[in-house]
Amino acid sequence: MIRFIFVRLITGLLVVFLVSVATFLMFFAAPNDVARTMAGKAATPETIALINHRLGLDQPLWHQYGHFIWRALHGDLGYDYYHQRSVVSIIKGAAPVSLSIAFGAAILWMILGVGSGIISAVRPRSFMDRALNVLALIFYSMPTFVLGSMLLFFLYFKLTSAGHAWFPAAGYVPWFGKPDPSNPQHGFWPWMHHLILPWVTLALVTAAAYTRFTRGSMLEVLSEDYIRTARAKGISERRVVFRHALRSALTPVVTQFGIDLAILAGGTVVTEQLFGMHGLGWNSLTAITNQDLPVIVGILLVVSVFVVVANFLVDLIYAVLDPRVRLY
Amino acid sequence: MVLLHVTDLNVSFDTDDGVVKAVRGISFDVDRGKTLGIVGESGSGKSVSTQTLAGLTRGARVSGSAQFDGLDLIKASPSQRRSVLGRKIGMIFQDPLTSLHPAYRVGAQIVETIRAHDRSISKRAARLRAIELLGMVGIPFPSERVDEFPHQFSGGMRQRVMIAMAMALDPTLLIADEPTTALDVTVQAQVLELMRKVQAEFGTAIILITHDLGVIADVADDVAVMYAGTIVERAPRDEIFYQPHHPYTEGLLDSMPGRVERGQPLRPVKGSPPSLIDLPPGCPFAPRCPYRFDRCDQEVPVLQTVFGDEQHQSACFLPTEIEERKALREQLVEKGGIR
Repeated sequence: MIRFIFVRLITGLLVVFLVSVATFLMFFAAPNDVARTMAGKAATPETIALINHRLGLDQPLWHQYGHFIWRALHGDLGYDYYHQRSVVSIIKGAAPVSLSIAFGAAILWMILGVGSGIISAVRPRSFMDRALNVLALIFYSMPTFVLGSMLLFFLYFKLTSAGHAWFPAAGYVPWFGKPDPSNPQHGFWPWMHHLILPWVTLALVTAAAYTRFTRGSMLEVLSEDYIRTARAKGISERRVVFRHALRSALTPVVTQFGIDLAILAGGTVVTEQLFGMHGLGWNSLTAITNQDLPVIVGILLVVSVFVVVANFLVDLIYAVLDPRVRLY
Repeated sequence: MVLLHVTDLNVSFDTDDGVVKAVRGISFDVDRGKTLGIVGESGSGKSVSTQTLAGLTRGARVSGSAQFDGLDLIKASPSQRRSVLGRKIGMIFQDPLTSLHPAYRVGAQIVETIRAHDRSISKRAARLRAIELLGMVGIPFPSERVDEFPHQFSGGMRQRVMIAMAMALDPTLLIADEPTTALDVTVQAQVLELMRKVQAEFGTAIILITHDLGVIADVADDVAVMYAGTIVERAPRDEIFYQPHHPYTEGLLDSMPGRVERGQPLRPVKGSPPSLIDLPPGCPFAPRCPYRFDRCDQEVPVLQTVFGDEQHQSACFLPTEIEERKALREQLVEKGGIR
């Protein structure tokens, strides 16, 4: 177990390191000129050279990278090129937004997806199974921006114009934190109220895949010999489904869940854009458009840490669900 | 004393290719404390018929009756059937490697069976009972192994665990569906020995399903031979082995090593069983039968008493008089018809 944690820690760090190298290289391989963009059209070569010098962009690549790593190890991810905000503070502001969206949506899609998958699998080819299958296909093939826009149009715009302002339009309201004079709202209920539509959007789109995934996994397990053994014991069908079948059927679902959750926690570009939430997705989109290297690298590092941690947790859960799995 | 009385059991499945008549009107009795062996090749309906009794065939069309302990297992509601399963009827299956849940400790799986039928037994008491059962089926260090997972046991040991689980509540009937097929020969003998021991100790009746006549010879009291969803011959064990009437039974015996002289090739039953969707009009065995004559293709033979022995029944048009039947076989052997 200790060996397992140690090995995973090392490989995790390796992954994060490789991600940072790759991001760095990609940035410099792409044709762009930050200094020229910043200085404007009328800039003299001297100004551009000065900006390049200030940003450290005139130094050799390995030097820039070494410098970056050294500072990163001290908890400093640098400053963004345009507003001189620290990358750490950008991430601190954006990560809670993305995490809120991802975790809330994840809970919702697991309930919807796994629940409907079980219902489908227990009575295959029944009316319910077919109905859920059609629903799943509809949401599965629906792009996030279409579903999100539809929800906004009907649940926000139509309802509000009809005098029922049940859902807010956009914007993120923090759960914890100091009351902001410009936006005094915060706390659990306002937080949830503002997140419901993004949650539902993401959950429906993702749950569709989980319905089909869980159904397939459950059907496979329900035909296993040990399920027949369980039925031959005379235990209730509910116990057969939940204690015996679901236990095994969830293993592949959990693996997928870990990966999906980590990726969504790293930012949901479309959802954040639609609902006016400045999370990691929105920030990385802005940074990429502006060629803002420190922000891009910073966010990617955080996201890769999410993925590494999620995979580690998935492996632990896997070992709990299936005792045949040994952790090395 | 009849424990299980099955009459006219039919099981069929609707498939895309048509209706598969897996079991066609079989009747049999199981006596208390006795072993009924059901033999037949794959697809003869032997497993389907017993699994239907336990309600384990889903999506099947079932008719007939099966009286067990004052309950008709075929007409019983799922909850009535569940109250009998695991408590009065224990089951073990072919592949012990896949028949235990891989994620639960063997002790917990036995405890589940016990507590499913009697909530008043404490978890502690049930666990002690599980250890006792594991010891009884010959698992060394049962108090330690009770907390191990199935993958930590060998195939033979897992089948012992299955037997311990099936016997947990001292059932009056044990259904063993090819319990030794997946095991190697030395382990097979141990498992059969264990089943015999369990039967002697608890007085359990056993339905033993197998395609291995060697296993039947070892443990069965009575034998039913199944072919294409029907019972073609039924008799006490020795009758089946020494005076078979039905040509299919004869063919099964002839294909056993040890039945032919040393150096001679084995005599397998040629051909393959008929499709259960589209059965021939006459005797289902006729296309493969070395004795076949015109009547076989037109009429379906039904079980009738043969050799003047009430306990011996065969579904075949061949003479029911023992000397005549034996003479026919000798003729056929001489002509080289059995080869």
